[in-house]
Amino acid sequence: MSEETQEQQAAEGDAPSRRTVIGWGGAGLALGAAAAGGAALLSRDGDTPVPVADSGAAVPFHGPHQAGIATAVQDRLHFAAFDVKTTDRAELVQLLKDWTRAAERMTAGAEVGEGAYGGLPEAPPDDTGEALGLKPSRLTLTIGFGPSLFDGRFGLKDKRPGALVELPKFPGDNLDPARSGGDLCVQACADDPQVAVHAIRNLARIGFGKVAVRWSQLGFGKTSSTTPDAQTPRNLFGFKDGTRNIAGTETERLAKHVWVSGKDAEGATAWLDGGSYLVARRIRMNVETWDRTPLAEQEDIFGRDKREGAPAGKAKEHDEPFLKAMKPDSHVRLAHPDSNAGATILRRGYSFTDGTDGLGRLEAGLFFLAYQKDVRTGFIPVQTSLSRADVLNEYIQHVGSALFAIPPGVRDKDDWWGRALFA
Amino acid sequence: MRAVRLSVVTAAATAAALAAVTGCTEKSDAKADDGAVTVVAKDDSCEVSKKEFPAGHLKLAVENRGSKVTEVYVLYPDDRIVTERENIGPGTKATITAEIKAGDYAIACKPGMVGDGIRQQVKATGGAAGTKRSPEMDAAVASYRQYVQAQADATLPKVKVFTDAVRADDIEAAKKAYAESRIGWERTEPVAESFGDIDPKVDVREDGLEAGQDPAKDWTGWHRLEKALWKDKKLGPAEKTLADTLDKDLADWVKRVGKAEITPTSMANGAKELLDEVATGKVTGEEERYSHTDLVDFKANVEGAQKSFDLLRPVATKNDPKLVGELDKQFAALSALLDKYRTDKTSYVFTSYDKVTPAERKELSDGVNALAEPLSKLAAAVVK
Repeated sequence: MSEETQEQQAAEGDAPSRRTVIGWGGAGLALGAAAAGGAALLSRDGDTPVPVADSGAAVPFHGPHQAGIATAVQDRLHFAAFDVKTTDRAELVQLLKDWTRAAERMTAGAEVGEGAYGGLPEAPPDDTGEALGLKPSRLTLTIGFGPSLFDGRFGLKDKRPGALVELPKFPGDNLDPARSGGDLCVQACADDPQVAVHAIRNLARIGFGKVAVRWSQLGFGKTSSTTPDAQTPRNLFGFKDGTRNIAGTETERLAKHVWVSGKDAEGATAWLDGGSYLVARRIRMNVETWDRTPLAEQEDIFGRDKREGAPAGKAKEHDEPFLKAMKPDSHVRLAHPDSNAGATILRRGYSFTDGTDGLGRLEAGLFFLAYQKDVRTGFIPVQTSLSRADVLNEYIQHVGSALFAIPPGVRDKDDWWGRALFA
Repeated sequence: MRAVRLSVVTAAATAAALAAVTGCTEKSDAKADDGAVTVVAKDDSCEVSKKEFPAGHLKLAVENRGSKVTEVYVLYPDDRIVTERENIGPGTKATITAEIKAGDYAIACKPGMVGDGIRQQVKATGGAAGTKRSPEMDAAVASYRQYVQAQADATLPKVKVFTDAVRADDIEAAKKAYAESRIGWERTEPVAESFGDIDPKVDVREDGLEAGQDPAKDWTGWHRLEKALWKDKKLGPAEKTLADTLDKDLADWVKRVGKAEITPTSMANGAKELLDEVATGKVTGEEERYSHTDLVDFKANVEGAQKSFDLLRPVATKNDPKLVGELDKQFAALSALLDKYRTDKTSYVFTSYDKVTPAERKELSDGVNALAEPLSKLAAAVVK
């Protein structure tokens, strides 16, 4: 059975609520376990196609790759980076196992542990309860391991992949250490923000004493799409972003640009086979000054028109960009693979607004997330050319940064996040 | 102190063992051969295997053989609930436990979770008041009472050093005596708070006053004097009166503290509440915003929590040795972290909290979370 048909089946009909998927007296999910990562855009409801997001379905947790990368991008994000506090390797391994079991349950729409009620009255419930009655909402949970995890505390020094570098300082970076780095990360994406927040909150709670949240970021309004036939979303500058992004269905491009395999996953880094690398950048956008910029200048800066999103000199959004028609310092031209020796990354960013900044301005921006096979041929060259020349830099500033190695998917109920790394 | 006071005293614990409500883990079936009373609930009946059983520890092994979700209650003759379990699904089992004294009770099944239920009159026999409080538990509570009293007794003279200095208009001496005078109180705060009326008199912060209360007239206690010493830097007739009032209110506390209702559960929850106090007041620097002696309070809160835990350790070790190990580890870690802020381990002179950096505060906060999370499970380990 193809991945798509399976996922389509999984998404069929009304998704069960968090209570009913569990059933009295025993677990049992009425959801087919498909390989995670396939991107079903539509599910069938009788004869009318329904956007998957509306179905509230579950995305299968198990598979060769972690869900939440090639998965059709959900509407909401809660991303958290953690510092490992324990020095005991066995305790960290146990936490990863506990997290995996909790992630399996939550992505299926179930409560963690013994649930949110009905336990001992003297004990706090295992599950925090705010997702009761909500659908799985296509929740995906994706874990990553930061460079600092390989510093020798857990005997992982030899397993640090060559591509897990320290990102260079790019011109214009104004990074806040308190919003950067982390030993571990968990990306929670869902169509319902409460489901995403619930997931991170419960993992953090399971982790107390072993790990501590270092920083976290809420995101809304996906700014990139991995489903090209859907409407390309717009960023907070009002422009369509990620038109030529890698789609979840483009198996060949994923294999070429996103999944670690072959010689990149040999010997000490064999544990990363089927994994990826994630760059997270908190990019503050000066929306007030941008909004005072004339339309023609805005379009020149991006290299696309505002209404349709068509590349300069073209009529339609998906027309092939003619880079020479764009200004040499335009964003699209500088970011394009053709300007960067073919460097292609899978973008999965979200907009954010964290209130105001105390100066009467929106504390807003783009929480940029990009997956790639190797940052040295992916994010780094692209950002090097952007940070040097992109005229958009006048309106943005990178204020947070992190890099994580993303292990492969969890195969089944006996597998766990990072098993091969700790083997 | 806390902004919103909750009573720490829970009614004597009645423990309900877990049923697989969420069906995530297979529970071993309750066996009817361990003295349990079997209750078979159907849509139109509620059968119990015994109508008479000895007072003390009651265990009901419930099985729902009906088609509706049901609830099972144990009721006093006046319908007051002894214990209950809701949401027992069709075809599932649940175990309910309670400590009951000799007397008449009813067991009620409520198919569909509505109405008065189908009832069976039962009797607990025997003269002894059934209580779960083993000698071990009684000893723990008795020791804790002694500890609380001793802390209170030792506090009064320390407070007098502080209030004497205020009355003598000696700002420096008063500042020096301030934090130390609070240690006994902070160690046993949940017990003091259970009285409801003492805490607002002696430990309220300005932001804890209610609407319509005038700080100039209605604000009394340690923190009012803290502000006078560190912020206003002057002591007048009003402050001397406040010193007298603090002596009087704390003398009242010392007299009443022995009458506090204390149970093993309230001890365990009190330990958790002391960590809550640290998490919401001390780590943020809100408690001692003028004197910045937050770390002294912090240390005292942790010591009080440690005392409760140590006294409950024998019981908790029987029921949940893994939890006890984790608590030992985290208490040690947090104590070691606090030791970084004092020069020697017998001194209660800690680094002024305004000198503690945001990164250090986060480290302390992470340490508090690491201890408070397992500590929140102590009460359950005590009543299991």
